[in-house]
Amino acid sequence: MSEVLWNTAASFTAQSTSITTFDSFAVSVVVKIAFALGLFFVVPIVGGYLEHKVMGRMQARRGPVEAGPFGTLQLVADGIKFIQKEDVIPRAADRWVFAAAPGVALVPGMLIFLVLPFGPGVFALDLELGLFYALAISSVSVLGILMGGWASANKFSLIGGLRAGGQLIAYELPLILAAITVAVQAGTLSLVGIVEAQATFMLPGTEINVWYVFPQILGFGIFFLAAMAELSRPPFDMPIADSELVFGYMTEYTGIKFAMFLLTEYGGMILMSALMVVLYLGGWQLLPGVPLPGCEGTGGLFDCGVTGTLLGVGITLGKIMALVFLMVWARVAYPRLREDQLQRFAWLVLVPLALLNLALVGVAKVVF
Amino acid sequence: MSDLSTRERVHPGSAPGEDFHLEIVGDGDFQTADMKLSIGPAHPATHGVFRIVLEMDGERVTGARPVIGYMHRGFEKLAEHRDYRQIKALVNRHDWLSGFSNELGVALAVERMMEMEVPDRAQWIRMLLAEWNRILNHLMFIGSYAIELGAITPMFYAFREREDIQHLLESATGGRLHFTYNQVGGLKIDLPKGFLRQSTELSALIRKRVPDYHDLVLGNDIFQARTVGVGPLPPEVALSLGVTGPTLHATGVPEDSRVTEPYLKYGEIDVDVPVGENGDSFDRFYCLLARISASLDIIDQIHDHLPAGPVNTKLPKMVKAPEGATYLRTENPLGQLGYWLESDGGRTPWRLKMRTPSFSNVQAIPYLLEGVLVPDAIAVLGSVFFVVGDIDR
Amino acid sequence: MATTSPPGVGLMKGLAVTIKHLFRYPATQMYPKERPDLPPRTRGVIALMDENCTVCMLCSRECPDWCIYIDSHKETVPPAKEGGRARTRNVLDRFAIDFSLCMYCGICVEVCPFDALWWSPEFEYAEYEIDGLLHEMGKLREWMDTVPPPPPLDAGAVPPAEAADAIAKKEKELEAEAAKQQETEAKEQEAAAPADGGDGKPKKAEVKVEGAGEIDQETYDQLIAEGKSERIARSKAKAAWVRKEKERLAAEQEAGGGDDAPAEKPKAADVHVEAGEIDQETYDQLIAEGKSERMARAKAKAAYVRKQKAKLAEEAAAGGGDDGDGGAASSEAAGDEAPEDAEAAEPKQGKLADVHVEGAGEIDQETFDQLIAEGKSERIARSKAKAAWVRKQKQAQLEEGGGS
Repeated sequence: MSEVLWNTAASFTAQSTSITTFDSFAVSVVVKIAFALGLFFVVPIVGGYLEHKVMGRMQARRGPVEAGPFGTLQLVADGIKFIQKEDVIPRAADRWVFAAAPGVALVPGMLIFLVLPFGPGVFALDLELGLFYALAISSVSVLGILMGGWASANKFSLIGGLRAGGQLIAYELPLILAAITVAVQAGTLSLVGIVEAQATFMLPGTEINVWYVFPQILGFGIFFLAAMAELSRPPFDMPIADSELVFGYMTEYTGIKFAMFLLTEYGGMILMSALMVVLYLGGWQLLPGVPLPGCEGTGGLFDCGVTGTLLGVGITLGKIMALVFLMVWARVAYPRLREDQLQRFAWLVLVPLALLNLALVGVAKVVF
Repeated sequence: MSDLSTRERVHPGSAPGEDFHLEIVGDGDFQTADMKLSIGPAHPATHGVFRIVLEMDGERVTGARPVIGYMHRGFEKLAEHRDYRQIKALVNRHDWLSGFSNELGVALAVERMMEMEVPDRAQWIRMLLAEWNRILNHLMFIGSYAIELGAITPMFYAFREREDIQHLLESATGGRLHFTYNQVGGLKIDLPKGFLRQSTELSALIRKRVPDYHDLVLGNDIFQARTVGVGPLPPEVALSLGVTGPTLHATGVPEDSRVTEPYLKYGEIDVDVPVGENGDSFDRFYCLLARISASLDIIDQIHDHLPAGPVNTKLPKMVKAPEGATYLRTENPLGQLGYWLESDGGRTPWRLKMRTPSFSNVQAIPYLLEGVLVPDAIAVLGSVFFVVGDIDR
Repeated sequence: MATTSPPGVGLMKGLAVTIKHLFRYPATQMYPKERPDLPPRTRGVIALMDENCTVCMLCSRECPDWCIYIDSHKETVPPAKEGGRARTRNVLDRFAIDFSLCMYCGICVEVCPFDALWWSPEFEYAEYEIDGLLHEMGKLREWMDTVPPPPPLDAGAVPPAEAADAIAKKEKELEAEAAKQQETEAKEQEAAAPADGGDGKPKKAEVKVEGAGEIDQETYDQLIAEGKSERIARSKAKAAWVRKEKERLAAEQEAGGGDDAPAEKPKAADVHVEAGEIDQETYDQLIAEGKSERMARAKAKAAYVRKQKAKLAEEAAAGGGDDGDGGAASSEAAGDEAPEDAEAAEPKQGKLADVHVEGAGEIDQETFDQLIAEGKSERIARSKAKAAWVRKQKQAQLEEGGGS
């Protein structure tokens, strides 16, 4: 029975081997889930620490200093605090929807970690439809937010939820269009495949290896802005807008449920950054055209020893953190847009640009 | 309708028992009522316990009514039972961001009634501290307004500057917000040694930091998109509502009692009153920021002018304002502060009526909020610049 | 009013400002580890020097919050020597301040006539129970150890009475010594100068300079060259002119010598006048100007008092003028040697500020034109011209007063 399942699952996966795959189906499943969950809980905490520190220093403060060495355990301490807090459900709230909303928002983030490649062989699954899967699953989050906004029985929550719905749907489109463009250029939907394609992509007519960010700088910009809007990160944080809507759809949430929403945001930040790294920044490649030490195979990225694997993971995480830094920088420097300005920006600027980008890349693909 | 009111009752965002008329629009199954959104009394945008009830059609505000009085502390009545020394400790608390300017107003009113000559040095020092107090106040609003528009960083920079200024003022007065440094006839005690040097240095330092606010807030494209043309206030409306201070200057009216009716020694120095053109949120913020530089100019002039001499006059054992009344207005950071002081010759005022700038400024809010979106409502609300204690007294 | 820059420039500037701060030292004070540096005047906690307290209850009565509790009893002190009278004195039993009520206005410290209450900058006395904020005598006495010495005053300040007395005493001694020395020297040299042994160099601040906006061209040019704004340069140059003028006058005064011991003239404030009458002339004038009856009466009353005082003072001066021949001699000497000296000495006789001028918005046309020509705004020019008019009027009145 399990062998059959495993074979079915394997038939959807691409051919790259993952370090999380074992001979036994049961062990494989457990290891894969543990791998995804571990990443999901650890990397966002590193990202959150980076955000706290960078934001603090940019604002002439120090950020966390007390919890752990240099305040590194601040988010862990926050988590413990959130668990201890009273879990309040408003009397007028729709209890079940209210309670389910944070989970609905959080779980898709976890699921996407299954397909994200963090290094040579360091991924749970290499789905052939990896990109499609990631984008499809990430759209489910908005349901949780809408549920939370509606179920709270609070006008501020409701407005926040509606804003989030509008915003997330509006920015899904440029996000997907930009991602599709990459898929068109790479000729595959597998995330590992896209990394591989970037390692072998040469500028037309030359022997210079470049990442997709160079031919698709426009697409990268669109994806970055759309990702920030998807995550409701400032300057696109109208659904939360603490000075207007108190805390938007999160207003009535306390304790662990609130923490789940927060984790969704931090996890989303890592997720989107990781997607950008894979789609545009060459995955675990150090520099375009430079093979990792100890690696052979296509573009010097696969069949690595221990050093190469660790180095690859380090490079991926470094790139992710660099992108997180950019997001934090934008948060520190800018006020937020108005909801209608945001929508106008999405439909009148980003969507046409994304379509243009798709057309250009399609034409270029055919010509070269 | 009954269905609606039940939902209203259990809806935490709504205001039970409000005499606010909800209009039912459409017919048949499409009947909807406008939503009523109560912002405050405890809401992040109202910085204090100020409440404003918005009547909304979607996200568009169709009517707004400020509900004030949550912080009424009865200052005017309390003042009737306090002697003039005690009042000074009282009035620097109604607008807690302009403590020095408030107590200055009371001291000047009593001095005028007693026909007292205040030594020159005291007057110059009062001006110096009043201008520092003005900067202190404006920095606070620059930070909080940016926060209302979602920019968190200017607040921290503004508080860093505020900390420096508060430290300076503390070295002279002993207080950081409630200075109680004035007294009838002058000042409590002269400046400590080194104050003027520190003041000069700080003035240069803050002058160097002001461009950061221009770059970070005023010049920011998103900030301009959020504020330019939002909530324009025509000058005639502003004047008829009694709006004063930077909110009035933004409409292009340079009415500033430091210039039009100089008190202290303002007549002897150049006082620059920055004005706006359109009276929108951007101009209001611009005036606030420009007034910091203007106040720094005044401070530099005061450093050059400050004479030597005594800072207080000999007072009778019990300060008693003679029978009569006077109205004294000063240019407080937020606008014109007026004290109507009526005395029956006793040691306490018979009546102390306050005309506080925040109270007059919020009168413009219903006018400004009509027809704007909720995010704009916040942008407008923050740019009118009020302190809740100053509204409710 | 929106600053027009190409789109995106504003966004870049915002990023630049924040990245600049990333590499700067943060402004955070690591509070519990780093102590805040509080000035000595900080109103942190009130300390009690109970030995000084005489139980006069002033603090308790003046406290706006009534947060000071005092208990005391009377004690009879046996006579100090045989046959003397036994005296009673107040003994302090309890002195407590409830810091949960206190609003830190400092009135109690201000009114205490025997320096029993002091401010200390200590601030860390937060409590978990509100009762703990009621500080009894023992605790208040402990705070006394944390009271810092008061900071020295600014150079332009009048020293406090005690210090001033001490300085005066010392100066007198020095003066007497100097006079003695001078006398002997004078005898030896048989110098003609009648009164040269003054009390040294007149202080800069005592010399008043009246300027109608003159500026020090040199300073002005220099500042402009340094790239300062026109307005700042002008104000600084003005100040420089005043400084120089003061120095010059002081130097002249020193050279002039003898004028530094004028006859002690009674100050207007020292003369007591029975109030109640009003000055009819002023009253009528004010009523005619449309002031309210009440205002006119008050002003007229004040005018009457002023006139009477001036009259009395003049009489007193005339009466006492005989024994103060130094003053007359000095003014003559000054008149001979330097005409400016008269100008410098003049403000001593009557301060400008003592003279009241009622104006209905007249302006000094000359000043106004000049300022307009200098490119000032109409508004500033008008207000300055108004001030100039008032100044001139005052000057004129003073001259009249001085002449008679």
